[in-house]
Amino acid sequence: MIYGSILNRMPRRESPLNSEMLLGTLDMLVLQTLVLGPAHGHTIAHAIERGSEDVLQIEHGSLYPALHRLEDRGWIASFWGTSENNRKAKYYRLTPAGRKQLTAQTARWEQVVRAIGRILKPATE
Amino acid sequence: MSWRRFFRRADWDRERSAEIESYVQIETDENVARGMALADARAAARRKFGNATVVREEIYHMNTIAFLDTLARDARYALRALRRNPTFTTVAVLTLAVGIGANTAVFSVVNSVLLNPLRYPKPEQLVVLHQDAPGAAGLASFSKGLPLSTSMYFTYTEQNRSFQAMGVWTGNMANVTGSAEPEQVRVTVVSDGLLETLDVPPAAGRWLSHADQTPHGPERVMLSYDYWQRHFGGVPSTIGRNLIVDSRPREIVGVMPRGFRIADTAFDLLVPFQFDRNKAILAGFGLQGIARLKRGVTIAKANADMARLIPIWMNSWTNGPGTTGEDYKTWRITPALHSLRQEVVGGVTDVLWIVMATIGLVMLVACANVTSLLLVRGEVRQSELALRSALGAGRGRIVGSLLIESTALALTSGVLGAVLASAGVRVLQAIGPANLPRLTEISIDSRTLGFTLVLSVLSGLLLGLIPAWKYSRGRIATVLRSAGRTASLSRERHRVRDLLVIAQVAMALVLLVSAGLMIRTFQALRTIDPGFTESEHLQTIRINIPNSLVGDRDRVIRIENGIIDKLSAIPGVAAAGFASEMPMEGYPSGWDEIFAEGHTYPPGQIPPLFFFNYVSPGFFHAAGTRLVAGRELTWSEVYNRRRVVLLSENLARELWGTPAAAVGKHIRELSTEPWSEVIGVVQNVREKGVDQNPPETVYWSLDNPYIGVIRTATFVIRSHRAGTESFLNEVRHAVWSVNANLPVASPRTMQTVYDESLTRTSFTLVMLAIAGSMALLLGIIGIYGVISYAVSQRRREIGIRLALGAEQGALRGMFVRHALLLSAIGLTLGMMASVTLTGLMKSLLFGISPLDPLTYAVVPLVLVAATVLASYLPARRAAAVDPVEALRAE
Repeated sequence: MIYGSILNRMPRRESPLNSEMLLGTLDMLVLQTLVLGPAHGHTIAHAIERGSEDVLQIEHGSLYPALHRLEDRGWIASFWGTSENNRKAKYYRLTPAGRKQLTAQTARWEQVVRAIGRILKPATE
Repeated sequence: MSWRRFFRRADWDRERSAEIESYVQIETDENVARGMALADARAAARRKFGNATVVREEIYHMNTIAFLDTLARDARYALRALRRNPTFTTVAVLTLAVGIGANTAVFSVVNSVLLNPLRYPKPEQLVVLHQDAPGAAGLASFSKGLPLSTSMYFTYTEQNRSFQAMGVWTGNMANVTGSAEPEQVRVTVVSDGLLETLDVPPAAGRWLSHADQTPHGPERVMLSYDYWQRHFGGVPSTIGRNLIVDSRPREIVGVMPRGFRIADTAFDLLVPFQFDRNKAILAGFGLQGIARLKRGVTIAKANADMARLIPIWMNSWTNGPGTTGEDYKTWRITPALHSLRQEVVGGVTDVLWIVMATIGLVMLVACANVTSLLLVRGEVRQSELALRSALGAGRGRIVGSLLIESTALALTSGVLGAVLASAGVRVLQAIGPANLPRLTEISIDSRTLGFTLVLSVLSGLLLGLIPAWKYSRGRIATVLRSAGRTASLSRERHRVRDLLVIAQVAMALVLLVSAGLMIRTFQALRTIDPGFTESEHLQTIRINIPNSLVGDRDRVIRIENGIIDKLSAIPGVAAAGFASEMPMEGYPSGWDEIFAEGHTYPPGQIPPLFFFNYVSPGFFHAAGTRLVAGRELTWSEVYNRRRVVLLSENLARELWGTPAAAVGKHIRELSTEPWSEVIGVVQNVREKGVDQNPPETVYWSLDNPYIGVIRTATFVIRSHRAGTESFLNEVRHAVWSVNANLPVASPRTMQTVYDESLTRTSFTLVMLAIAGSMALLLGIIGIYGVISYAVSQRRREIGIRLALGAEQGALRGMFVRHALLLSAIGLTLGMMASVTLTGLMKSLLFGISPLDPLTYAVVPLVLVAATVLASYLPARRAAAVDPVEALRAE
């Protein structure tokens, strides 16, 4: 019992995508992936990796807290199904609220990107 | 996160694990498809995923309220720790449970009696129309004040500016006939305005109305809820039926709800006064008044208003031709309104608060004991706590877990205590004073349970505080270094437990002194001669001969004489007689203005008032009241309407100096009426209770010039068979053989009446004695615990001392002396506290001073003896230590 409580007090390792700014981004990427239809965690992870042409190298595990959070907020919903190669897998699909959230977030993201772009390359404008 | 998830987070974790496993499988499949070996494929998949535990933990924490989680874990840990030490836990839980149970039981009484005594709407507006009359001699020595007269009622109710409503009432008895056996019932007679003042709607039918009060109008009655249930089965068709009350039919118009009382007086029937305004005179002071104050009117303002009305009353009425109200100026009648609440609970407030405080002290003593136990446990757990803090547990966390442990202990005790309390309430109901309002309705309600909860949590925190404060300070190095070795402990470690013992002894002394004072009070009361003898052999019954049943005065006397004769003829009966009231029965008393022969009274001045009673021939002989001079009445004097009277000794002495001198003198009630001759003087009788001074009393024969012959009386029968059911049956048949329509009411022995008059004292005595013994017992356990712990901690030292040749007796003495020192300090502190605190119970004491020397001498001796006993046992163990073994054990 003593050891249990000690363990609990050890500082937890920060997961790579835990930093504030990236959190929102990852959410957006997950939602974007699901626009095409329901998918399970494995598919989503690979889709993000491939879609970014391997620029965004993530530990696939760190995706799961994000999925949990999104589901908690009601933006995605989950169900158990069977994968392409007959494995049991948990599928996620976009909810109407999630679709709305994606639109809003994408718009804001584009705003930010444009703004940053203007700051970084003012000369070319 | 959500609460749902918080409670289901274990399920969620399982689901996440399945999901992660599914990822790894799919990834492995793909890796195998790319041509990797299965083992490598799986390892690669794991690598790709990252640290699964961290992911799960992260999700788990998203579903967690960290504080609650810690709390739950500590609580589980605390319970497990308590289960591991069953002896400690049992002792601690039982000690606390008894304390909490006793406190809860007493609180339930305080709650329903003191905090919530009146069940009327807006009870704070209700006042009792009490008035003082310091100038009315005789009356001034009793606390009930001057009751209202009919004329006062009319003046006050018609002309006051302070009340929304007011009314008057008085208690009475009546016979109900017409069913199988005649029955005597409690009747409350109420005036117009009284029910409006109390403002409690009827349970069925309607209130008595103004019209029901018209003299010679239709006669109506209301029932109490209980009477309705008992005699009519609670059916609605009861309304409109007739009830034969005192041989006259009355129409039932309504039923008051369950538990409704007038002030604290319960009744069976409610009947209206039928005052005839034209016949009202100044005198006839026998009514209790209750009023409801208008919004914004204070008691002081209402008093001023009433003071304005008293001269108006004096000028508006007379006592017949040639008299005026001016005569009453010498009485100095002053209004002294007080709240109805005070009237109802006034007599028991002191008792209850003292009992509550006492029981609270016992709780503190119990807490001291359990704290002491926790400290011992803390010693044992030093190394565990040190290890925890060495491994990184913060100080807050350790304090928290200790507090949680003691709170868990206290809450467990609280549950058990609530169970004990519900049993305790039954006991309280059995021994509670008769004047405790609504004693039978006391129960454990939600407020009481709330009290139990708060008390448990508070005592839990209190208990945990000292150990937490002592053991949370990181002395890791010291403790770990000495782990396993019982080094002689620092003095500082003992000091807290010593202080606890001192406090316990001090509190036990206070409680025992209080209990001792009550025992001495009780003793003092038992030695008082109440004015009757062998009360357990005195059977009393109450008989009323209503006017409607027997109208003629001489026939009433013949019936009463006949009953006495029949009662005396029952086998085993030594004597019988009757009086309008037996001592301590508590019926409303009568007061007479008395003119005495040889005394002059200034014109226009009302002579002094004296308590009076009506007695039959042979009454004093039957009751065992001693004749001091002269003789008793005879039946021939009664039949011949001779004007003869007996006096109490104190009255005879006041009027004529000695009892013997009084015999042959004369008194009268009015200057216009003939004199009555004093034929005898009897010893003083404690009419109002053993602890109240005996009133100066006039004992009239059975005629009253205003109300006629005495029709309601308490018969007293002296017999060794008193109180048995067979005897009572014979008594009933003796009465019925004279007249079959007479109910035989209130059969009791004088012993019961006597005991009831002492319930306030005996209740306080029993409660304080229980509290005192509990404190004494806990104190002994406390001392025993401290000394035996000291012995066990100092085994090594004792071993060395023995090895060096210390005497066993000297060793024993060392420990006993330590205990005696603690106890002496406690006794000194307790003495100082007692001297202050027992002053508060002065109103409960009788015949002794709050500083009664005997009590103050005996109680400390008892405590010293207890200390020696409690410390000698463990000290003997110390002396029995085998030095070789004690040293080898290191």
